[in-house]
Amino acid sequence: MKQVIFEIKNNKPLNAQIMEMTLAGDNQGVKAGQFINIKIDGFYLRRPISVCEIVDGGLKIIYKIVGKGTEVLSRMKTGEKLDVLIGLGNGYDLTLSGDKPLLIGGGVGVPPMYELCKQLIAQGKQVTVILGFNAKSEIFYEKEFENLGAKVLVTTADGSYGIKGFVTDAMKGLDYSYFYTCGPEPMLKAVHKQSVTDGEMSFEERMGCGFGACMGCSCKTLTGNKRICKEGPVLKKGEILW
Amino acid sequence: MVNTKVNLLGIELDNPVIPASGTFGYGYEFSGLYDINCLGTFSFKGTTKEPRFGNPTPRIAECTAGMINAVGLQNPGVHKVIEEELPKLKKCFNKKVMANVSGFSVEEYAYTCELLDKQEQVGWLEVNVSCPNVHGGGMSFGTQPSAAAEVTRAVKKVTNKPIIIKLSPNVTDIVSIAKACEDAGADGISLINTMLGMRIDLNRKKPIIANVMGGFSGSAIFPVALRMVYQVSSAVKIPVVGMGGVSSADDVIEMMLAGATAVEVGAYNLVNPYACRDIINDLPTAMQKYKINSLSEIIGGAKV
Repeated sequence: MKQVIFEIKNNKPLNAQIMEMTLAGDNQGVKAGQFINIKIDGFYLRRPISVCEIVDGGLKIIYKIVGKGTEVLSRMKTGEKLDVLIGLGNGYDLTLSGDKPLLIGGGVGVPPMYELCKQLIAQGKQVTVILGFNAKSEIFYEKEFENLGAKVLVTTADGSYGIKGFVTDAMKGLDYSYFYTCGPEPMLKAVHKQSVTDGEMSFEERMGCGFGACMGCSCKTLTGNKRICKEGPVLKKGEILW
Repeated sequence: MVNTKVNLLGIELDNPVIPASGTFGYGYEFSGLYDINCLGTFSFKGTTKEPRFGNPTPRIAECTAGMINAVGLQNPGVHKVIEEELPKLKKCFNKKVMANVSGFSVEEYAYTCELLDKQEQVGWLEVNVSCPNVHGGGMSFGTQPSAAAEVTRAVKKVTNKPIIIKLSPNVTDIVSIAKACEDAGADGISLINTMLGMRIDLNRKKPIIANVMGGFSGSAIFPVALRMVYQVSSAVKIPVVGMGGVSSADDVIEMMLAGATAVEVGAYNLVNPYACRDIINDLPTAMQKYKINSLSEIIGGAKV
């Protein structure tokens, strides 16, 4: 972990609730599946947000406006500075992917799949991505994943675009070597049940510090107590206690 | 050159800044960020006889200028602390550490304190009496003078190192509890622990914290903490360690003027992991600004 003062290069809406922000500054050591913790003026605790992409000279994040903190963040302008802790959490283990990894992102769980997808494709893996949303109006990054060279399947719960149903409906019959997923907990649980290989999933929890000091986000696993912010947010399929 | 040294119960501290229990783990977690030997000392994670997972999550809620936690004393238990955590700390911290102890019965407090008292790295024992007394109807030890005194006596009987009793602010008269601890043999008092609070999620219309209530801390509670440090230090003769919302060198000086011999920094470590290092670096400048040559000379200086 380290503290970095980033400059906002871009902060734009992808749809009604989802924002994309590009930050310029030190990105040394950041791994796919890690998160950053952003100080927002007027709020006591930082806001933990997953890394979407490690870009040249900075980071890209995608966040949902869910409360007052992210609302303030969404109004910040190009050129403004942010106090950020980077390199938080364990990140995904790319060595386990096999040749045909499956990446599954649900809603605001889609962003961390992007950097992972980019790195796996760079390693020559044949990547399939399932992006799950509630409705067509909420979809983002379908083209971006395709442009990386991944096979992309989109599901919408209301059937307004792509496959009607949940990400698990798109998983049926797919041939994959390993899976990586991030999304709401009910989705993770369903993916866990549906999956036919090993894999890993990224969890969310309300955090105090985000770097392992306060024990605010602890969970029990088959391999002992873990802090979502430190030994997580990525847990292996085989260690999760539902 | 200003002098930041203070003497806390026979041990000289390079400065009065002490990360508070529960916000600094067992110390070594922070040693990757900065050399923690710059600290006066630190109070390690509240340790109990048995390992504890703590409360269900969510355990954290944000507030204006503060936060609520209901971690529930998650810790590996005193035996693991001695066997695993203290050796790790030894590699990165060459000063005496403050051992923070919790318990759910008088016997548990005594058991844990007796073991930690024997550890060479431990300089002081800070006994958190805010836990519920499972044999006493679940009331917190720290809410009744007699129960707080009973814990103090039991712990004093089995230890040699200075005993600092950490008091809860969630009481009608904190002075009477502090005095009862002093009369029972406490060597020092630290205060305040977190204030009981809660938040409700407006979307779900239910409490944010799984445990419903939790401990409120952060800069919002500073004036309350300062007031209680002033009151308690005016009423007892033993040293007082002040804490509650401290987030700057100015706050440290204010706490000391109110009567604190040393000052703990809690929630602010969670927001700024470099908080204590920054405060220590800022202290000399702040002292010059307020024309203070020696911090130890200002303790209780605001008393009227």
